[in-house]
Amino acid sequence: MKPPPPLLTARRLLMWGGYLALILLAPLLSRSGYWLSLLSQVAIMTVFALSFNMLLGQTGLLSFGHAVYYGLGAMITMHALIAVNQHVVPIPVTLLPLVGGLGGLVFGVLLGYVTTRRAGTTFAMISLGIGEMVAASSLMFPAFSGGEGGLSSNRVIGKGWFGITYGPQIQIYYLIALWGFACVVAMYALAHTPLGRIANAVRDNPERAEFIGYNPQVVRFLMVVLAGFFAGVAGGLTALNYEIVTSESLHAYTSGLVIMMAFVGGVGYFFGPILGALLITVLQMAVSSLTAAWLFYFGLLFLVVVLYAPGGVASVVVEHRRLWHAGVLGRLAPAYLLAALPVLLVGAGVVAVVETVYRLMKEDSARLRVLGFTLDASRGLFWVAVVAAIALGMLLLRKVARTVSDERHRAYATLRQERT
Amino acid sequence: MTAPALRLVDVSKSFGRTEIVRDVNLEVSRGERHAIIGPNGAGKSTLFNLISARFPVSSGRIELNGDDITSLRAFEINRRGLSRSFQITNIFHNLTVFDNVRCALLWSLGYRYSFWRRLSALADARERADEVIQRIGLRRRRDTLASTLSYAEQRALEIGVTLAGGADVVLLDEPTAGMSRSETEEAVALIRRVSEGKTLVMVEHDMGVVFGLADRISVLVYGRIIATGTPAEIRANPAVQEAYLGTSRAHA
Repeated sequence: MKPPPPLLTARRLLMWGGYLALILLAPLLSRSGYWLSLLSQVAIMTVFALSFNMLLGQTGLLSFGHAVYYGLGAMITMHALIAVNQHVVPIPVTLLPLVGGLGGLVFGVLLGYVTTRRAGTTFAMISLGIGEMVAASSLMFPAFSGGEGGLSSNRVIGKGWFGITYGPQIQIYYLIALWGFACVVAMYALAHTPLGRIANAVRDNPERAEFIGYNPQVVRFLMVVLAGFFAGVAGGLTALNYEIVTSESLHAYTSGLVIMMAFVGGVGYFFGPILGALLITVLQMAVSSLTAAWLFYFGLLFLVVVLYAPGGVASVVVEHRRLWHAGVLGRLAPAYLLAALPVLLVGAGVVAVVETVYRLMKEDSARLRVLGFTLDASRGLFWVAVVAAIALGMLLLRKVARTVSDERHRAYATLRQERT
Repeated sequence: MTAPALRLVDVSKSFGRTEIVRDVNLEVSRGERHAIIGPNGAGKSTLFNLISARFPVSSGRIELNGDDITSLRAFEINRRGLSRSFQITNIFHNLTVFDNVRCALLWSLGYRYSFWRRLSALADARERADEVIQRIGLRRRRDTLASTLSYAEQRALEIGVTLAGGADVVLLDEPTAGMSRSETEEAVALIRRVSEGKTLVMVEHDMGVVFGLADRISVLVYGRIIATGTPAEIRANPAVQEAYLGTSRAHA
């Protein structure tokens, strides 16, 4: 028998080592609290989005209620933290995310038993129903959910191992980062086990899976339970990060957010949701501080990705990496540069409309100052200019899209030729 | 006396008021290659779907190696050593050829729902899968996505997925459907090779394939088995001739 392939290849070491170094060194880039809380949020959402993709990308289950496990994990962690504060249970704060994970796992067992009886649309609908039920009942049991005000507690309990108190944000960041890293590694490993591969088989063809000895229901159930665990860990990390958990964490909004992260990042690749979590979180935190219309831009981004890059950012990355390796990526550069102008035109036009209209709605003033210019939506000239910019941009974009697509076809043709 | 590999006792199936399979009795002994033939719509594929528990029977009993499997689910029957292929290719499209075959043998190697073992470290699964791929002639396509294979290659993979788990009773549903002459010949050679020592039941339209491969043949007409026997007996059977001629006369 040939020996199995080594667990740690140079490539893997480089990849995982690089990822670990990135999340460990990132806080050194800036000393602002904003930067640290952004990084913490990205790390948490990475785990959450990957756990969601264990269902969608790997098992073919579209869940509209994945936040249930995240939110319940957060609440359970919060109760554990409260109990620790009251000296009821002696769990070190470092291990509390595990409590959230186990909470997610238990609810995965309870709810997964119901949801995984069917796949496809039925599963999606059941998950939506369960999500609404859990969200509604969280307000019916205020002792558990904290009601409208949510649950809060204090993560600083005293000096733990190595004098760590989790008082400073940097300490909690490293807790989140390391738990996050461990979860990402675990989920990656899980995708490469017999269950992980059979989940792919069930995704592709549940009927055939039955005829090779597998009960697709059990496969789905196990995946839901395991995904519930990781979502619960993410919830636990959120609880420790903010020291407050409200029932919003298990609402449909949060479930929708994770769907968006996975889709925008790309569900077909393991690292897709990591990109999605990064992108959406940065947008959420950066754009929401710039404009009240950030949710509109979210919707727009989602639409653009679903329409023009249905495989998500990850598939775009993978595609271009292939072209890069074939040495033909450079040929695309002029076409891409050419496309930048119309994209900018359309983008600027849309942003001008959205921003001025939002302003009109909220502040009753249609004036917006940008780079020394005053945009005034109450004047006809503004609309003429904006409509002209968008129309011109669209027109140019159609022409340029042709060139880009031709260039890409040419690049692929070269790629194929070199292969044969 | 050992029990037959497969035994059907008074098996019937109706969809609504329409009876598709009526009181079928069939015995296939171990190691036998048994073909089921009959005109279109005779219920051959339905019969396969009943045996493999894709549909439940309306009445009757099915036994595998002497055990009643009538009320078992498809995966339970598969675990007991009965595997089937499909008339319309039914593989895992977004997995590679290698992963298709490897998935098909994980259960039989005892890995089941394991999520603590590293798949690529399972040397037995890898080597068995490569053996099967070699036997079905897809070695050069090992790492190709199943969805990008040619039709004949997909049919070969279909057989590979069916056989990988080492089932000793194998049902093949029209393994040569839609193939050219030369592809059919290759498929027959492949079936002969891989069904060595196994019990084989096949539905097949190509009479050349049937008479070349089968030890015994059953003829199904309007959901009933009207004759079972060796190829020579079937060829000489007046009822079979009547049934085939009758249907052709009806069409005329």
